[in-house]
Amino acid sequence: MSRVIALLYLAIKKLRVALVDVLPIIIVIGFFQVAVIQQPIPEFGSIIVGSIFVVVGLMLFVEGLNMGLFPIGETMANSLTRKGSLFWLLTFAFALGFSTTVAEPALIAVAAEAGRIAAEGGLIPGDSASIDRYALGMRLTVAFSVGFAILIGVLRILMGWPIYYLIIGGYIGVIMVTFYAPEEIIGIAYDVGGVTTSTITVPLVTALGVGLARTIKGRKPLTEGFGLIAFASLTPMIFVMIYGLIYFS
Amino acid sequence: MTPLLNQLGDVLVSTIWDVTPILVLIVFYQIVVLKRPIPNLKRVIVGSIYVVIGLAFFLLGLEKALFPVGQMMGTQLSSPEFLSIDADAAIDWRNYYWIYIFAAAIGFATTIAEPSLIAVAIKANQVSGGSITNWGLRITVALGVAFALALGTYRIVTGTPLHLYITAGYALVILQTIFAPKDLVALAYDSGGVTTSTVTVPIVAALGLGLADVLPGRNPAIDGFGLIAFASLFPIVAVLAYAQIKYFIAKSKKRKT
Repeated sequence: MSRVIALLYLAIKKLRVALVDVLPIIIVIGFFQVAVIQQPIPEFGSIIVGSIFVVVGLMLFVEGLNMGLFPIGETMANSLTRKGSLFWLLTFAFALGFSTTVAEPALIAVAAEAGRIAAEGGLIPGDSASIDRYALGMRLTVAFSVGFAILIGVLRILMGWPIYYLIIGGYIGVIMVTFYAPEEIIGIAYDVGGVTTSTITVPLVTALGVGLARTIKGRKPLTEGFGLIAFASLTPMIFVMIYGLIYFS
Repeated sequence: MTPLLNQLGDVLVSTIWDVTPILVLIVFYQIVVLKRPIPNLKRVIVGSIYVVIGLAFFLLGLEKALFPVGQMMGTQLSSPEFLSIDADAAIDWRNYYWIYIFAAAIGFATTIAEPSLIAVAIKANQVSGGSITNWGLRITVALGVAFALALGTYRIVTGTPLHLYITAGYALVILQTIFAPKDLVALAYDSGGVTTSTVTVPIVAALGLGLADVLPGRNPAIDGFGLIAFASLFPIVAVLAYAQIKYFIAKSKKRKT
């Protein structure tokens, strides 16, 4: 009996983390529905089931990451920086950015939505195979650009380049590509910048950055370790606009 | 119940593919490059199974709850019946105030509770030697996101080009970077990335798309996106401004004593 209670307690504690993400949304939407819109919510049951799925799914996802992938990723980043092989460190940086972005939940969701919108707007054929291909192409483009950004970010920490050179360079790149990009891709391209850096990518990339800055003499981990994430949200904008330029022409 | 189970099965298969690259990466580097066995192999395997199942549930729930709810809010709050305006009249942005208020509320509420922002705030407190307080930063960023989403929905209502806003925002950030305390620049840049969490992103994206769908003359592909881009740019502006003001106050205090 006491084991059951202990297990239940543990589950509630884990659930709390996921609930913190969802609760503010429920409160705000609930308030607007009751106080402002004052109409019955359509498909209420399905929404409740879906919300439970979101909370439970997020809990399992984060728990699984904490159990296996995060500890391994961190030790790996540490041993690779100490190994001192520039080639393996840089390929690791690229592969880490690429693979974590492919599994990023928010990106999967937004890319699918982008495919649906593009099909409705007649930009791509409306069958589900074309929509899936377009969405997958977008995700791989984003994954490639995040990998590229992390690689450059690691080089930055090694060389000691100031972060704002990269960021300002990235801004200029975004604005220049915007001039040539088709109008239909600009919005989604700007949005994926913010999408790429969430649940999986941020903790692993931060660990890599802070670990690197700690291993190299004369670097302050608190300041040098950051900035990788910001750069990783700029390159996807540039590359997705180029993707649209190629795909829609 | 059966269609739901079928859907779950489909999603599970695709999430296995989504997680495969990370597993390949870890196995390859551990065995080929570092030439060591994988530590705690059992935990890693169980953890990976959790990740796959969790991702599948999350994506299914997203499709059933987050997307429809976001879209529904965008549609309901801007429908002519709700606002009691003439459906055929030209769009006047002043009629759509409820959508701005809602966007601001959802931006503020989700950001203030965001766990990764709390982590950044703690680090910012250390870097700045205590002059930037934990709550100060969190409220600043939350206000930044609230303003960003309100402005973003205003942009969708008016249909003005997104790149103009973003270009202006970038120019502002560059200008602020020149004057801001250098220690905090990287941290401020990163705060833009962490505000948009996995749950917030789909709901905010759907809100914009729903809004663009309902408004006459707006094209979801062109006008519907951009809210997330705003929500990742404005926190940078807010944090840089906050750091600037704090340092300025600290400096003028020192001068007096």
